[in-house]
Amino acid sequence: MVIGGITPEAFAFGLFTILTLGGALGVALNRNLVRGAVWLIVSLFGMAGLFVLLSAPFLAAVQVLVYIGAIGILITFAVMLTRSMTNLRERFTNQWWMSAIVAGLFFLFLLLGVVAPVWGSLSPDQAPAIVGTTEQLGVSFVDGNQFVLPFEVVSLLLTAAIIGAIVIARHQEEEE
Amino acid sequence: MVPLWMYLAVGAALFCIGAYTVLSRKNAIAILMGIELMLNAVNLNLVGFWRYQAPENMSGQAFAAFVLVIAAAEAAVGLAIIIAVYRSRRSVVVEDVDLLRW
Repeated sequence: MVIGGITPEAFAFGLFTILTLGGALGVALNRNLVRGAVWLIVSLFGMAGLFVLLSAPFLAAVQVLVYIGAIGILITFAVMLTRSMTNLRERFTNQWWMSAIVAGLFFLFLLLGVVAPVWGSLSPDQAPAIVGTTEQLGVSFVDGNQFVLPFEVVSLLLTAAIIGAIVIARHQEEEE
Repeated sequence: MVPLWMYLAVGAALFCIGAYTVLSRKNAIAILMGIELMLNAVNLNLVGFWRYQAPENMSGQAFAAFVLVIAAAEAAVGLAIIIAVYRSRRSVVVEDVDLLRW
């Protein structure tokens, strides 16, 4: 099932890569924060597609629900609540060119580590055919030999963080 | 099948774009968006390695799910702090928040 030398999977990979990296570039370069938030959502959506290609459908669904649904909305709210700042032409720091050089050099370094066999040939071209299912993932979260303790700890942490966020963001002067 | 190094290269590019956003912006919300991008890049690496190295063992996906939860907690607390700072200082530019500086 090859159309014009490109398999459907490679085509989908290219599409989602463009969405992910294009959205990220939109976040990095856009001066308007509301548009930046929309580009962030585009990037997160592309990432959900890449998760589907990596046969992790649960993570893709959670990505859409938590990242796009919750964090995207949260960031948009924060941008709106601090509106007087977003009307300004958002400035970059004076060291933006230095940041670009650092990020570019770091990217080249990472790319070298990924492409060149510096750390041994750890990158097979073929993925194994056997894949763990979402059911196995769910079992691993409640299995006493696997992730039940981290799972409980992380749920406590999330509860604490949300209560903390409510307390920090609440109006102080209304209580007496 | 798309080889593993392509996913890793996408992750590397995404991480560096996020790092550039964190380093070059003055607005605290934009910095938080850059951090989200970097966390996503790490997640892509985790899931990529899981798929190509040990797909029968669920550790990779479980780690990615934990990273996602931490990212949600970080976003909630971070944005709450930004809103609280904006209330008291009328600014979300990180250079203006210098109360602890001496």
